[in-house]
Amino acid sequence: MNYDRATWRERLNTAIPFTLLVILTLPIVIGYIWIIISTFSRTTYGLEPQGRLTLDNWSFLWEDPNIWKVTLNTIILSVGQTIGIVAISSLAGYALSRIRFPGRKGFLAMTLILHSFPAVTLLIAIYFVLRWITNIPILGNDLPIIGGFGYNTVGGVIMVQLALQLPLGVWLMKGFFDNVSWDMQRAALIDGCGHFRAWWQIIMPVIRPGIAALAIFSFITGWGSFLIPYTFIADQEHSVLAAYLRSLMGDTAPVSYSTIAAVGLFQLIPVMIFFIFTQEYLMNIFAGGSKGGT
Amino acid sequence: MEVRLENLTKRWGSVVGTEDMTLDIKSGEFVAFLGPSGCGKTTTLLMIAGIYKPTAGYVRFDGKIVNRMQPKERNVGMVFQSYALYPHMTVYDNLVFPMKLKKTPADEMKQRAHRVADMMGIGQLMDRKPGQLSGGQQQRVALGRALTKEPDLLLFDEPLSNLDARLRLSMRGEIKRLQLELGITSIYVTHDQVEAMTMADRIAVMRAGHLQAYCSPDELYEQPRNLFIAGFVGNPPMNFVMLEVSREDDRYYARRDGFEIVVSSERSSKAAGRGEVIMGIRPEDVTILPASSGEGVLGEVYVVEPLGRDDLVDVHIGDASIHVLADPTLKTRIGDPVRLSFNTEKIQFFDSETEHSLLWA
Repeated sequence: MNYDRATWRERLNTAIPFTLLVILTLPIVIGYIWIIISTFSRTTYGLEPQGRLTLDNWSFLWEDPNIWKVTLNTIILSVGQTIGIVAISSLAGYALSRIRFPGRKGFLAMTLILHSFPAVTLLIAIYFVLRWITNIPILGNDLPIIGGFGYNTVGGVIMVQLALQLPLGVWLMKGFFDNVSWDMQRAALIDGCGHFRAWWQIIMPVIRPGIAALAIFSFITGWGSFLIPYTFIADQEHSVLAAYLRSLMGDTAPVSYSTIAAVGLFQLIPVMIFFIFTQEYLMNIFAGGSKGGT
Repeated sequence: MEVRLENLTKRWGSVVGTEDMTLDIKSGEFVAFLGPSGCGKTTTLLMIAGIYKPTAGYVRFDGKIVNRMQPKERNVGMVFQSYALYPHMTVYDNLVFPMKLKKTPADEMKQRAHRVADMMGIGQLMDRKPGQLSGGQQQRVALGRALTKEPDLLLFDEPLSNLDARLRLSMRGEIKRLQLELGITSIYVTHDQVEAMTMADRIAVMRAGHLQAYCSPDELYEQPRNLFIAGFVGNPPMNFVMLEVSREDDRYYARRDGFEIVVSSERSSKAAGRGEVIMGIRPEDVTILPASSGEGVLGEVYVVEPLGRDDLVDVHIGDASIHVLADPTLKTRIGDPVRLSFNTEKIQFFDSETEHSLLWA
């Protein structure tokens, strides 16, 4: 009798949260299912495709030459932004965590304020800055791969996104560095490292999970970014996927939601696969880097 | 290498780490910094290592001021309480890391690493990562890492505190033997007075940033300069009793309620006629006699703690409490009336206000 009741309660204890989670995620799951179904059909009625299944919606992959350019731009943006954020945040985080210098506290407080600054309010000012940078020879709009750092270049977008994401990155990295014991740092310094070597050869490898988390986070953010690239990139040749998606809706012609769904799915797939393999690391951000130490 | 600290001081704002510390360490000497936690011993050690910059005073290596020298230029080896091994490197890589940074030739590096590993008994662990080792093994690797660079000075920051009691005992002996064999000048920070007493040639006792005493373990034990040292060094700790010493004819008496003993003149001449002084006597310098015997001070057994080889007996005399190390075969029981005989050649006296010794100050 007792035994039965115990298992009953146990089952209930797992069943209730499970059911709640299922109910809560249902709208999202249905959304995904709708996207997948509608990419293969002309129109849908609810979740039910109308007419024969078709590949027409995916024709942009071979008919629109811009799509691959845009995809490449998105990759460049995400990777560039990730490299920049990881490099700058880990250096700044190390300094803020390990070196006492005047103005350190003020700097930390300032970055927090910047972090809470909504990007939209800065758009016009940033526009002027980017226009000004465009006028600088070579650096402005004549660099390989990223195009430059001015207006209407992927590099310019990278720079702006980098600046907006740095406060979070710096704070995160500082948190990870704070968790590395001082003794290890001292051991490295006594064993013959300077600050730079201690950072690169000893501390960075120790907080590798934290670095991975930050890198994944900023890659995903870059991949899905819309507002900054949409605002500061004028033509489709330099555009990114999210802005390309938006352009499909902007035409005067009737909007084909099935095509939009297909492009959306196309944008989603890489990041989904990426997420599945890296979600464990991503959790480190929320664990506050507790896995970062020894 | 000789080390000299001159008026060495470290402050953070108004917080004092170490204040005005001066001492000499001879080449090849093993010195322990002993004190309760927060007394500034690790701060001093880190200044010697070059991690902290002194606020005032000097650190000298072989007479040369090294205050501004970077840690990596000082050629010191350090062993930490938390081991501080590099978790992403194998034991071998940990051992050779300091040598790599010094650009030691590859074959010499390998040779030295293996020699040290054999010496420390970790030769079979070379390919493991620190996470796969036990605490004792990790500490051996940490010690090995400090030794492979052939330092001029070895620094130990409570290296045995994280080990279990048995391991601590054997590592204690090993470190002492190693230091003696290699002849490297060593500084050993500990709050464990047994470690300091058993290992060090000289002990620097610190309290609240100040150096209290700097002398050999024997001297520290037999001739404590003040009440703090007397109470801190020795286990079980010294007994303290407030009493008055008076001189009558040519004899000296130490008295309080229900307590009177005759003390030797050389020990008590300074204490006599001062009013209340503090008498100190170690538990092993008091003997329990049966209540029926004529001599000694009468008291009552309050608690008996068997320690194995001895019993630690707490005897109350009036409102004073005296701990005595007694032979377990005496079968002392709680509530028994007993008499205590004091070895008057071992009695210490301290001024009740300044807490300085009235014998050795």
